[in-house]
Amino acid sequence: MKLYLKIWRQLNTASKGEMVDYEIDNVSEHMSFLEMLDLLNESLIQKKERVIEFDHDCREGICGQCGVMIDGRAHGPLKNTTTCQLHMRSFKDGDTIYIEPFRAKAFPVLRDLKINRSAFDSIIEAGGFIGASTGQAPEANSIPISYETAEASFDAAACIGCGACVATCKNASAALFVGAKITHLALLPQGKIEASKRVLTMVSQMDAEGFGNCSDTRACEIECPQGISILSIAKMNSEYAKAIIFRK
Amino acid sequence: MIDSKIPEGPLAEKWNNYKAKAKLVNPANRKKLNIIVVGTGLAGASCAASLAEQGYNIKSFCFQDSPRRAHSVAAQGGVNAAKNYKNDGDSTFRMFYDTIKGGDFRSREANVYRLAECSAHLIDHAVAQGVPFAREYAGYLNNRSFGGVQVSRTFYARGQTGQQLLLGAYQALLRQVSLGKVAMHTRHEMLELVVIDGKAKGIIARNLETGELERHVADAVVLASGGYGKVYYLSTLAMGCNSSAIWRAHKKGAYMAGVSWIQFHPTSLPQHGENQSKLTLMSESLRNDGRIWVPKTAKDDRNPNTIPEEERDYYLERKYPSFGNLAPRDISSRAAKEQIDAGHGVGPMKNAIYLDFSDAIKTQGKDKIEAKYSNLFAMYEKITGINAYKEPMLISPSAHFTMGGLWVDYELMSTIPGLFALGEANFADHGANRLGANSLLQACVDGYFIAPYTIPNYLAGELNTPKSDINHPAFDEAETSVKAQLDKFLNSKGTLSTDYFHKKIGRLLYEKCGLSRSKEKLEDALNEIKLLKDSFEKDLLITGDDTINSELEKAGRIADYIELAELMCHDALQREESCGAHFREEYQTPDGEAVRNDKDFCYVSAWEWKGKQHVPELHKEPLVFESVQLAVRSYK
Repeated sequence: MKLYLKIWRQLNTASKGEMVDYEIDNVSEHMSFLEMLDLLNESLIQKKERVIEFDHDCREGICGQCGVMIDGRAHGPLKNTTTCQLHMRSFKDGDTIYIEPFRAKAFPVLRDLKINRSAFDSIIEAGGFIGASTGQAPEANSIPISYETAEASFDAAACIGCGACVATCKNASAALFVGAKITHLALLPQGKIEASKRVLTMVSQMDAEGFGNCSDTRACEIECPQGISILSIAKMNSEYAKAIIFRK
Repeated sequence: MIDSKIPEGPLAEKWNNYKAKAKLVNPANRKKLNIIVVGTGLAGASCAASLAEQGYNIKSFCFQDSPRRAHSVAAQGGVNAAKNYKNDGDSTFRMFYDTIKGGDFRSREANVYRLAECSAHLIDHAVAQGVPFAREYAGYLNNRSFGGVQVSRTFYARGQTGQQLLLGAYQALLRQVSLGKVAMHTRHEMLELVVIDGKAKGIIARNLETGELERHVADAVVLASGGYGKVYYLSTLAMGCNSSAIWRAHKKGAYMAGVSWIQFHPTSLPQHGENQSKLTLMSESLRNDGRIWVPKTAKDDRNPNTIPEEERDYYLERKYPSFGNLAPRDISSRAAKEQIDAGHGVGPMKNAIYLDFSDAIKTQGKDKIEAKYSNLFAMYEKITGINAYKEPMLISPSAHFTMGGLWVDYELMSTIPGLFALGEANFADHGANRLGANSLLQACVDGYFIAPYTIPNYLAGELNTPKSDINHPAFDEAETSVKAQLDKFLNSKGTLSTDYFHKKIGRLLYEKCGLSRSKEKLEDALNEIKLLKDSFEKDLLITGDDTINSELEKAGRIADYIELAELMCHDALQREESCGAHFREEYQTPDGEAVRNDKDFCYVSAWEWKGKQHVPELHKEPLVFESVQLAVRSYK
């Protein structure tokens, strides 16, 4: 099929970007969206032009590195799908497609479609872990965890940190990302002990990074490639309230 | 002669003996010692976090935008541990034996025993970190059996075990970043190793955001940069996976071992077109319930559901009745290739076989199968547009895990003192074939439990040696050579892109140094690689400049791949036997099984770089088996 692409080109964080028009032919419906961009880049190289920079790595929907706005939607038109797992059969011959980076104050554009998501790492650094040092753990079966709890914890732990939740939120809120980590750890007996401290430091870091507040529009849940529920935001809020009330 | 430094004593006591005698570094002195760790996957993040917990200063590097992206994240199936929770006869020795046999008796006994021994602690540690492993209703850990073994020793977190273990290691790493013990360098690629007075003392890294070349000095360097299966271009690996860190260390004097031993994963999605960039892996756990078959008649292109039972060939069950669909990866992959080559391949490109769940759905019910594998079925449908509850999956073997890598001794130290290699970056533990669910295990065990003993043992001897600094001439020289290479790429004004060369070398390896090899094919490949090298020198075209430039990044990786591919072919050619993943067509039984030659090839091939114009030099590390008898590996 033949496609008309409008792609965001930006030299670096400081410069102003713009949408640039491209045409691409011979796109097979079996190609992934990123393979379509590979094909476009190959044609740019043949014209001795600089390639369009985009982030990607595993191309199987799990590393969380890819992600662009496609026609205004994070990771494109399908539900619960990363950009690398979006295939061209979702488009048709003659379509015009708008491709832009994930936009948020906390995610500066590095070049073209590449962004800097290190704010997510800073939030995890602030407390998104269990303080277990290597080598001295007790026998794993000494702390039973119910099947349901382990599954619920896993549901939240499955976050890939791609940033679609932030990009799609009108407030650029990171509440789903942070809520998911809070929920994953707070549900487990091992993570409960530090739960109060964790929620306070992580939420405070989230604010410091420049993410907006959650106004409960649920856009994040709709675009999340892992289908993480906004119940994890509720869990974060309840952990936060508990921590504030019982804080000495 | 290379020294593997295997500790004395009976097999089960070797690691304890080592730990009891390993030198310690006084806590007050640890903060004076600096360690560079390249790579933030399971091996790198776990090593960096564990050493930081002990008090050393760590500099951690990854080329991705966050340490959480390392390719360990993509491993699906699970992680092995000899816990014997199922009371089905598992033990450390049995796991050791399975792994030695699985590797076709081409790995070191002492290393493999230690892997099995440490496996139980890994599960304990990961659970303490909050890894949400699958649980039974009573609250205890669940596990399952996995390709190549007959007991249930594989722990899993749905189909995302690698992701969950990696998040555990990543969180432990970031905890140390927040404590100031780890300095994290994301979007940095190591482009050269710096060796001073014969010891590894630093690296040259390129900041991929600014293009700047940076010098980093340390008292020891750890490479945990993963495997190089992406040399085949189409593979199950992430696009960025590469061999550059270990290859550049190799060119600085570290030996490479078992280089041509590449595991082809039997359950990946088949190639469907020319512009495809990767082959997606389907978890091998699917083989627990899926039955593998092809139509008995060649070129039968009927819809699989209309092919009657008696016209299907369940060839794994037929050829290997005691293991059936769970036969080890090399056996299963080769059997698939045999069927495809004989014209029984299915799917649009006739390059696949069927993995069929209809029997399992009939006997267990769709709900049960859905509970076990729903994410995998959803992924399959997303990529292929086919509902695998209704018709069999199409799968095929693809390049996956590299058993080869930097040669390391029992301490995981390379032939360059102070240079350690962990996880898939080293050659250790798996022999000529890796059993499923052992790669996450090895990466974690290397980083959490082995390096934290062996690296301090080395560093204890470094305390009183003079500190190196980044103004040393060795740094000047390393930086100059990196700069020269980058300039050469940027000034290269041919007509062909990096991907062109990558696809070319990949196809060549698939055909001539892939699932099966022969003297003739390998000699051909060596000639073709020479031509490709010349073409790469003249015909490469790099657009853009020395700032963010993915084409420039790829150029260096492909230059390394081409040299590595040459060594792979030398290695495969020299080893005149079939073992594990290495199937030399000249050495097979009349019914097509591999014939190993223990009399002449019971050693690890460790290759030394002799310069661009010279053939590499082979060093042999004899493999001595004291606790097991070398046996023909039969899965019949």
